[in-house]
Amino acid sequence: MKIGLDIGSTTIKCVVLDDDLKLVYKTYERHFSHIVEKARELVLRMHTEVLHGAPAPLSISGSAGMGLADACGVPFVQEVFATRVAAKRYAPDADVIIELGGEDAKILFLTGGAEVRMNGSCAGGTGAFIDQMATLLKMTPDEMNEAARGAQKTYTIASRCGVFAKSDIQPLINQGAALGDVAASIFGAVVNQTIAGLAQGRRIEGNILYLGGPLTFLPQLKKTFDKTLGVKGTCPENSLYYVALGAALYSDAELSLAEVAEKLADYSAHAVYASCPALFENKDEYEAFRARHEKAAVPRKALADCAGPVHIGIDVGSTTVKAAVIDAGGNLLHTDYQPNQGSPLAHLRQMLLDIYHARPGLQVASVTATGYGEELAKAAFGADFGVVETVAHFTAAKHFLPDVDFVIDIGGQDMKCFRIEDGAISDLFLNEACSSGCGSFLQTFAEALGYSVRDFAKLALFADHPVDLGSRCTVFMNSSVKQAQKDGASVENISAGLAVSVVKNALYKVIRASGPDELGKKIVVQGGTFYNEAVLRAFEREMGVEVIRPDIAGLMGAFGAALYGRSKGKTQSTLLSPEELESFTQETRSVNCGLCGNHCTLAVHRFSGGRKFISGNRCDRPVTHRGAENPLNLYEAKRRMLAEYQPVPGVRGRLGIPLGLGMYELLPFWHTFFTKLGFAVETSGPSSRAMYLAGQDSIPSDTVCYPAKLLHGHIRALAGRGLDAIFYPCMTYNMNEGLGDNHYNCPVVAYYPEVLAANCPELANIPFIHDYIGIHRRKEFPKKMTAILAQYFDGIGLDEVKHAADAAYAAHDAHLARVREKAVEIIAHARAEGRQIIVLAGRPYHVDEEINHGIDQLLCSCGAAVITEDSLSHLVEKFPTSVLNQWTYHSRLYAAARYIADQPDMNLVQLVSFGCGVDAITTDETREILQREGKLYTQIKIDEITNLGAVNIRLRSLFAAIEAR
Amino acid sequence: MQSIQAYPKFTQEMKATHTLLIPNMAPIHFEMMRAAMEDEGYRVQVLGAGGHAVAQEGLRYVHNDTCYPALLVIGQFINALKSGQYDLDHTALLITQTGGGCRASNYIHLLRKALVKAGFPQVPVASLNFSGLEKDSGFQLTLPLLRRFVASIFYGDALMSLANQTRPYENEPGAADACVKRWTDAVARQFDAKRGVSKKDMAKNFAAIAADFAAIPVTRVPKVKVGVVGEIYVKYSPLGNNGLEQFLQSEGCEVNLPGLMGFVQYCAANMSETVRLYGGSKIEELGADAVLAWLAARETLMIDAIRAYPQFHAPTSFADTKKLASGVIGIGNKMGEGWLLTSEMMELQQTGFENIVCAQPFGCLPNHICGKGMINRIRVIYPRANITPIDYDPGATRVNQENRIKLMLSVARERLEQSGGTPPAGGHTAEQPVYGGADLPGVSRPVFPDPVPAHV
Repeated sequence: MKIGLDIGSTTIKCVVLDDDLKLVYKTYERHFSHIVEKARELVLRMHTEVLHGAPAPLSISGSAGMGLADACGVPFVQEVFATRVAAKRYAPDADVIIELGGEDAKILFLTGGAEVRMNGSCAGGTGAFIDQMATLLKMTPDEMNEAARGAQKTYTIASRCGVFAKSDIQPLINQGAALGDVAASIFGAVVNQTIAGLAQGRRIEGNILYLGGPLTFLPQLKKTFDKTLGVKGTCPENSLYYVALGAALYSDAELSLAEVAEKLADYSAHAVYASCPALFENKDEYEAFRARHEKAAVPRKALADCAGPVHIGIDVGSTTVKAAVIDAGGNLLHTDYQPNQGSPLAHLRQMLLDIYHARPGLQVASVTATGYGEELAKAAFGADFGVVETVAHFTAAKHFLPDVDFVIDIGGQDMKCFRIEDGAISDLFLNEACSSGCGSFLQTFAEALGYSVRDFAKLALFADHPVDLGSRCTVFMNSSVKQAQKDGASVENISAGLAVSVVKNALYKVIRASGPDELGKKIVVQGGTFYNEAVLRAFEREMGVEVIRPDIAGLMGAFGAALYGRSKGKTQSTLLSPEELESFTQETRSVNCGLCGNHCTLAVHRFSGGRKFISGNRCDRPVTHRGAENPLNLYEAKRRMLAEYQPVPGVRGRLGIPLGLGMYELLPFWHTFFTKLGFAVETSGPSSRAMYLAGQDSIPSDTVCYPAKLLHGHIRALAGRGLDAIFYPCMTYNMNEGLGDNHYNCPVVAYYPEVLAANCPELANIPFIHDYIGIHRRKEFPKKMTAILAQYFDGIGLDEVKHAADAAYAAHDAHLARVREKAVEIIAHARAEGRQIIVLAGRPYHVDEEINHGIDQLLCSCGAAVITEDSLSHLVEKFPTSVLNQWTYHSRLYAAARYIADQPDMNLVQLVSFGCGVDAITTDETREILQREGKLYTQIKIDEITNLGAVNIRLRSLFAAIEAR
Repeated sequence: MQSIQAYPKFTQEMKATHTLLIPNMAPIHFEMMRAAMEDEGYRVQVLGAGGHAVAQEGLRYVHNDTCYPALLVIGQFINALKSGQYDLDHTALLITQTGGGCRASNYIHLLRKALVKAGFPQVPVASLNFSGLEKDSGFQLTLPLLRRFVASIFYGDALMSLANQTRPYENEPGAADACVKRWTDAVARQFDAKRGVSKKDMAKNFAAIAADFAAIPVTRVPKVKVGVVGEIYVKYSPLGNNGLEQFLQSEGCEVNLPGLMGFVQYCAANMSETVRLYGGSKIEELGADAVLAWLAARETLMIDAIRAYPQFHAPTSFADTKKLASGVIGIGNKMGEGWLLTSEMMELQQTGFENIVCAQPFGCLPNHICGKGMINRIRVIYPRANITPIDYDPGATRVNQENRIKLMLSVARERLEQSGGTPPAGGHTAEQPVYGGADLPGVSRPVFPDPVPAHV
């Protein structure tokens, strides 16, 4: 007999083979992180029930089994390798294996050049990802599978990592998308993630074998794979046990299982892991802490007893709906808090009815809505006011601490932190899509370990050695927790460690604070997550300060909204009457807007009484049906300018240029250059999601920025056109604009053509000119370029190149001048109308709508004019910076930031592409430049995602702050 | 380069009054470099690992999306300054600066920002660079210091290479490391006596080093051979790569880390290549070429000394490594480790190290291109290439990294067993042109016989 044990991230599998290598025993169990105990229990069970005390060959596999195997002297088999060993025996015809596990995704190419691949550490889990998404949909994974069966359509969901996907899914749920469609879209995202992350240019074909839990239990997921890959794969018998089978096949040395069990017991007793100090030294310290926080309580009265008019605040958040009712004296009369379960309006209607019922004849003076669903709630129920979340939270915090100077709000999905100076928000920090270490994060872990959120939080309080888990995103956290479990950390210490990590995430990743002085002295912490006393304590400990945590920490948005409404002095609200609420109906239709390239998924809501509301739009065109051109948007103007570069038929043939990265600026240069040389120059055109998906399978590094990844799609688009050559040069240096210490491109802009050349199969059949070219040396350029061109074309002489180069440099200068002139025009126009001017600062390629997700239009729809950093940078002389100023594009950023310092009607919003390492340097520097001059700094991180809800809040908070100043 | 906040400069006088702290990247090399600096009159302390607190301090004072080496190096400095072991008014820091187009050129500025944030604004930072940055610093690479540094790096490369080839097979555990220690001490003593840097001395030393290692009793059994390439800090620093070298050794591998001098030569070569590619100062071009020739003469001494012993494989010369880039990646690719990293992977394929760990900080920009971006192309040329890219990051766990390395090792071990214990030679030799030119994407993925039998 041979025994194989597969210890995965969520389950433990064990198989026993007889002497003919036939499977005689198998078991598949969740371990709820009690890994060592569970492994020991299984080994003992085998020992007594199956082997009856005899020794047998045993080996261990699985991601959680590694150190454990070493410690108890059992051979370890890497799990992908184990799968391969098992497949050779039990499925010898398979060509490709796709195996999804709890947190790993693997592809094994067995024939035609064996290769095994595993997801990188950033790619997120798959089984755990599906579990998380199911939690979000309030379904079990099985129910999700059922729901997906009836899907009518699929949405675009970022497929790179679970956290991103979540921020795509949440707005869909809030907009009322059919859950079946969302479920199907999630499966689509998993498939895309596997293909993009693992296939990396290699085709998946032949006999496909599907293994692992998700593919075994979720037939719809399997079908999605089949459909996307155009294959018919099979999920074999024992598909859950291949790793364990491989481990069993691999085992040879006979071991006494009783001894192994003993060593396992010993292992758990001696494990060590990095830990932080306990949260509380003793019970007394805890009691004192508790008593102190109980003082921050709002005065309450009963709603049924209230006589005068009331003000209602409603907060329609990403996962919850909350309401607070106050009287004119600020007494809290009633609160309500419910998960929205994907249908916020239905819950809200019931909440409002409950308020009416609690006090018949209630006089409602005002209703104020806030949160993601603010506009929706206003339209549906006739709320009087809407207020941006940050302002609502600030209003509430001020109620508890009038001279508050810093507010931190950690909710289910979002984290909002802001500094207050002179009674107005002066600095705002929101969590980026990649670091949502918030409430739902704790909830997910609590549930995965089999606890309620409340009990899980309690466990943490007296943990003796909280695990030090660092401050990274959820995906990294999963593997840190896994490691800690393996090292024998107790659930208590894990819970405490997670609480500490939420705090560290907020402090060091979101706020970027290094000490308490940076936050201020009067801090209010709020949001449901701070009900968790471990989080609250960890925060005070980490910063070394005492903070105010209101007793309604989770309702501060609604409470603040009510206070805001009260301040408006209204006496009779426009809220629907109880009768109207009773008969309230709602119908939501999802349509794709075709008015521009963004193709927003619009949710068109129709309510009883004929009211209508459209959500999901970036601009106001679907609502107002105004014309396409916005005269106040330089991004739009730049796109139009670039679109003018159309091919002019030429004698030398057709040349393709991918419109991406640096080409977004250098198109005028190269188009003119090659047109002069007699080429018809075609671009690949603006990017689109479809273009990205078409090229995603040849991306070798899944953590490179989205603008770079898009180029794979551009190459694919060009390759199909029968061109004579594709031109995309490597450029270490950019034009020297004299603003910095050097004029480099970033490594990705400089050298991405190399990646395309090495990875895009379509470039096999077409000359790809990607030589190293230096346009920064105008004098030498013609000679160098002539030599380069001679490698590809005959008869292009130096004189001809010289002429073309002269025209190209002139075209480049003319293009920049045109952009600057347009900016002057827009600024004058905006000033005449008294509008705010926003410098939407990024890189030239951020003009692409697929990259900026229509944020320029969103800004315009807020009433602002939008200009670019490169339309101002020439107005500034080179000035000293505290970092090495060595990249052309980034020099412009600093210069633009500097320029707006004395322009009272201008503010800067920086677009940052996820994965842009350079921006780790530029964002801090730009912030410093602006803050030195007393300006607000706003950063928007963008990737594949289109979470406009968060962007909206950020921008509206910015405008609210500008107004308040 | 001016700064807004006037930062304290490291002045000439501080040489006598201040202790210079330097982070430890390559332990063998830095030990000798420390000795070289002390001979020049500096008071130097190479920082120890510092443990878990290092990354935490880094996260606290540096933007968390900054690359891992910056977090670690800055964290290590701040951890040291906070330890109370140093007189803060008489301590200075030394950090390297490459001057290239990647973020690493900014480490020194991030460090200065972090020092202010952490409450050590008085601590001066000096830059060690070959690009003429920070010319006003009191720390200058004088010719004697430069020559000792060069010698230290060559000695370090020789010792590292030979130790890595001996340690896995030594009969008496610790013998190779003891030999390394003997030699770093000996070199330091030679430096004190103003010896050890002339060509003659180096030739003598290289021969003696090789002889010493050859004399260590070994039992050579077939072992999995693994090459390590990557971003320079995480490639060498045990703090940066979670003790990668040691882990691979504990897994029974023979490890090969291409030498540190290659990176220095790469930086010099890039200066002349830049002029050749785009035009520019002829003097710069010739100057860089002269430096390369000067280095090559010393490199040859090292290679010849090792090559005298057939049981050792000598490092490939820089000139030969550089040739390997041709047709795979452009020689103009000069940010971060650039074309050198790709060339090193090719070199390892040719010298029997088909298994490679390509180590980089999470989100390392140059390595998207020259590391991860080139793996598919290398596999086309060398179908047996068994390369695993590993990301290092304060949040990435060792278990995840080791699991992926173990996967790579499983394939390697299987091949080792199938070949009857003799590790396969490289797919091609240097003399045999494998492929030439720009038509690479046209090369179809070769089908090679599946080494695994159909049934286990």
